Amino acid sequence: MNLQNLFNELEQVDGDFIGRMEHVSRRGLFSALTKKTVAVAAPTILASALNKAYGQGMMLPDNVVDVLNFALTLEYLEYRFYDIGNNLTMIPSQYKPAFELIRRHEELHVKLLKSVLGPKAISEPKFDFTAKGMFPDVFSNFQTFAAVSQAFEDTGVRAYKGQAPNLMNAKPILETALQIHSTEATHAARIRFLRGQKGWIPLASPSGLPPAVGAMVYKGEDNVTQKNINLAGILNGLVPLEGITEAYDEPLTKEEVLEIVKPFLT
Amino acid sequence: MKNMHNPTQTAPETASVQRRSFLRTVGAAAVTGGILTACSTADLQVSPNGARAAAPGDVITLPGGDLGILNYAFVLEQLEATFYQMVLANPYSGMTAMEMQLFQDLRNHEVTHRAFYRTALGGAGIPDLTFDFSSINFRQRTDVMEASRMFAEVGTAAYTGGGKYLTDPQNLKVAGKIVSLEARHVAIIREMEYMNQTAFSGENIVMDGLFIKMEPSEVLPKAQKYILEKIDGRNLPTAVA
Repeated sequence: MNLQNLFNELEQVDGDFIGRMEHVSRRGLFSALTKKTVAVAAPTILASALNKAYGQGMMLPDNVVDVLNFALTLEYLEYRFYDIGNNLTMIPSQYKPAFELIRRHEELHVKLLKSVLGPKAISEPKFDFTAKGMFPDVFSNFQTFAAVSQAFEDTGVRAYKGQAPNLMNAKPILETALQIHSTEATHAARIRFLRGQKGWIPLASPSGLPPAVGAMVYKGEDNVTQKNINLAGILNGLVPLEGITEAYDEPLTKEEVLEIVKPFLT
Repeated sequence: MKNMHNPTQTAPETASVQRRSFLRTVGAAAVTGGILTACSTADLQVSPNGARAAAPGDVITLPGGDLGILNYAFVLEQLEATFYQMVLANPYSGMTAMEMQLFQDLRNHEVTHRAFYRTALGGAGIPDLTFDFSSINFRQRTDVMEASRMFAEVGTAAYTGGGKYLTDPQNLKVAGKIVSLEARHVAIIREMEYMNQTAFSGENIVMDGLFIKMEPSEVLPKAQKYILEKIDGRNLPTAVA
């Protein structure tokens, strides 16, 4: 990807865009933003660049198409879930801005993935958000809604993580997937926090989800060995076991993710 | 937590002078006090072959390839771990139980990450760096929260942008396990500062659904401000393989 071209293209689309974003970044706290990062982050331009690079999806390696369609399935699930929830009065007003922002992000993820995949994008499946009756009041009881949201977000983070190594033959797409992955993690932390959970996952705690669901969503989160290094041994007496497990979000395989998602597919 | 701070508010010059001299004292106390003890215990357990300490002014040149990116991450983890150890050694007055828990968790996570890199890199790792956080007033809640947030944001953006340079899938796997933690930190720190708004995933960190990413050349100058050795990142990858 040629950054200068992206940048030029962006300014053509919206001449004042950079100026506005600079104002935002100054007013905010992240002075790190440069024109370059702003330009590269703009998804319309990004989608079109990825699109060009991979010939409207037709030149994407097969393994990448598989990963992106898998990701698209999860994004469809999340987007549709929040889109329905968005119109419901049961969401307490103090939480509405959070859910509305998350809904918008998921919508952008769907659009981006569809655009990169082009004609190879799968269409949206039909969903049953009660998960075959497991969550009958998902759209009438906020506690249930928030619990399902937490399950989706933490699963989403773990799903993207599991697929990252499968995108190493398409680096621009890997980078974008990592950006989505980090975004999903901010969602997951926020939802956990509003449910009275820590923003991170201690051990393989079901974190307030029904035990059967929690067992699947947090399976393996109690791992303390990274690259054959047993951190529990090294940090014995320095960091509690819980903290060591929180420090690493573990991946889920595609099969593990589909097992979680399956009840939500009609 | 109740009030929204004005992020553009700057301390008057006199305050910042006082803050600096205060911090020099606090920093010295922390180094001679509990912190160094905790660190040296960790060193003994983590690097039996002896973690070399760097000296201020040393130039530390990061290697290229995966090893370079891992050492680059190690710089950031050393910075964060040391910072949170100092926050807990010098808690600002009025730190709530919830905030104390937050900083303990952040310390636990970053110390765990630092120990991982120290062990994984072994003799190929950079030495323990010397930090100078005298520009941060540890007595001020706002200063500590702002610095925490900045470190978490830069860390997330650094891992998000650095992942593409890793060529060994095992390295990418571990980096992926850490980056989402850093992003969770960003969300929670921001939530504690700007409750029930959209700051947790706000538009200056997540633009149109994508968390911003940063290149090593953008990140290192931000970290360098707090490091007394000179970190030279010229050998780090700048183009994907």
